[in-house]
Amino acid sequence: MLTPQMIDRLWQALQDTLLMVGVSAGIAVLAGIPLAVFLVTSDRNGIFPAPRLNRIAGALVNGFRAVPFIVLLVALIPFTRLVAGTTIGVWAAIVPLAVSATPFFARIAEVSLREVDPGLIEAAQSIGCRRWHIVRHVLLPEALPGIIGGFTITVVTMIGASAMAGAVGAGGLGDVAIRYGYQRFDTTVMMAVIAILIVLVCAVQFAGDTAVRRLRAR
Amino acid sequence: MTGAPAIAGSPARAAATSEARRKGGTVSFEGLGKVYRSSAGEVTALSDISLDIRAGEIFGIIGRSGAGKSSLLRTINRLEQPTSGRVRIDGEDIAGLDESGLVGLRRRIGMIFQHFNLLSAKTVRENVALPLRVAGVARDEIAQRVDQTLALVGLEGKGDTYPSRLSGGQKQRVGIARALVSRPEILLCDEATSALDPETTVSILTLLKDINRRLGLTIVLITHEMSVIREICDRVVVIEKGEIVEEGPVWQVFGTPCHAATQALLQPLENGLPEDLAHRLRDTARPGDETVVELRFAGHRTPDLTGLAAAAGGTVRLLSSQVERIQGHAIGQILVGLGAGARPEALGQIADSARVIGYVDATDD
Ligand SMILES: Nc1ncnc2c1ncn2[C@@H]1O[C@H](COP(=O)(O)OP(=O)(O)O)[C@@H](O)[C@H]1O
Ligand SMILES: [Mg+2]
Repeated sequence: MLTPQMIDRLWQALQDTLLMVGVSAGIAVLAGIPLAVFLVTSDRNGIFPAPRLNRIAGALVNGFRAVPFIVLLVALIPFTRLVAGTTIGVWAAIVPLAVSATPFFARIAEVSLREVDPGLIEAAQSIGCRRWHIVRHVLLPEALPGIIGGFTITVVTMIGASAMAGAVGAGGLGDVAIRYGYQRFDTTVMMAVIAILIVLVCAVQFAGDTAVRRLRAR
Repeated sequence: MTGAPAIAGSPARAAATSEARRKGGTVSFEGLGKVYRSSAGEVTALSDISLDIRAGEIFGIIGRSGAGKSSLLRTINRLEQPTSGRVRIDGEDIAGLDESGLVGLRRRIGMIFQHFNLLSAKTVRENVALPLRVAGVARDEIAQRVDQTLALVGLEGKGDTYPSRLSGGQKQRVGIARALVSRPEILLCDEATSALDPETTVSILTLLKDINRRLGLTIVLITHEMSVIREICDRVVVIEKGEIVEEGPVWQVFGTPCHAATQALLQPLENGLPEDLAHRLRDTARPGDETVVELRFAGHRTPDLTGLAAAAGGTVRLLSSQVERIQGHAIGQILVGLGAGARPEALGQIADSARVIGYVDATDD
């Protein structure tokens, strides 16, 4: 059975995981949506054409997406020190998590934005919308269900990635599972962590699916 | 408005014309050309189009698919940038407009689309309000004008519905409301009824005509359905391979189509020779045969039945008839069977053209 200390430890780990994933998901939204909008609108046929910048942004996004999270975690240490002021703990994990989730989410959001019917953009132009009106009233609202679906996938992926944050001493559920379950052969702890993760992922997926279904039902 | 001194004609009419004049709404194309360049090569969509559209008229653009109709229409609100030539709206060359100028221009020109292009994430009211919202109109005024416009298009009570819950005809009404809410002078319609069933098409056309009369709005309309042109247009231009091949009042173009493209487009409206007659028609007359004469009316005279009987000088039977009134002109053709002793040559004075197309045995009927 789980000892009270272990329950305490799991509770602490859950909070760490939620903090890491929550903050970095927030950053991923704040940075990823503008990035996705930029990738779509700066296209040669987009509403803010800037093909060269578009190619550079595209290459950067691909570059970050090509690096496995565990490598990024280590490679970004100097940057993390600069931003978070430390290379250890929860905040030190948030930086690489956000850096890896942003391009991931931006690409998914980009796909949804590209699927917006060009006829709608044309209609918006014909009624006298300026370009940022088109972003605000057409692209984002019309792509919202797809963006939320993509955000759900991003958060689930981040919950998985956060398990590696133990490598920088950030704690979290994954860290507990490795230290107690793997290194000390404590199967009960391992099972408890897996159960919590399953519940967490299901809850996120359910919330995302519900939101998308509501929007699509209009 | 009330008490305006009417110098000549009815006061209502004088008010309507002065309103139209005040609002403007003329479009003129001067030597317009459009070439699309892509990796696949160049496509010349329009070449040397010169055309004037008058304020307050309903102007039709017809042509086969790919003729360049949409390209032409879209240069009016500069959704498409011409490669050469000029577009003037009320005399102003629109080529030099920057983004603000263009936004201003587009608020004076409404547009509706074949597939309605409504925002699915916004309610009917929000869709219709959008042109005013982005123009920075005050909230109260937006609410008032949206309600007025929804009433104008017959959508009272539908304001809080999402477009996906509406029928095609209702969606197009929302499109029309959205196009009209900023009180434009010109309304562009790109195949606006092509996705609708015939009954809904008629109701939308009636609405457009009504709007044209009540608001003095210029309507430029593209369609491949000739019946739409016949129903509501004043003048029409026929485009073929990016060039104007025919232009004029609808009755003239329909009554005397000169170009092969126009004739081909008008073909579906003609019933042609009734099948049973076609089977029995002979090239040479036998004794007792009826002479079948086709009389065409191109709008210059109205079929005079007494005159027809007198000119024929014998029995006259109406075999088939398809004469319509377009803009007050009789357009179409009738087939008559003349009994023995009749003089088909004399019928030339009755119709705009008359020709003997063959002979049938009258006793078969
Ligand atoms: N954006 C575009 N790029 C390349 N070619 C185009 C484009 N739009 C139209 N065209 C071509 O221009 C010609 C005229 O098209 P369009 O104006 O749409 O004709 P219509 O509306 O009469 O069917 C067609 O050959 C079409 O393929
Ligand atoms: Mg077209």
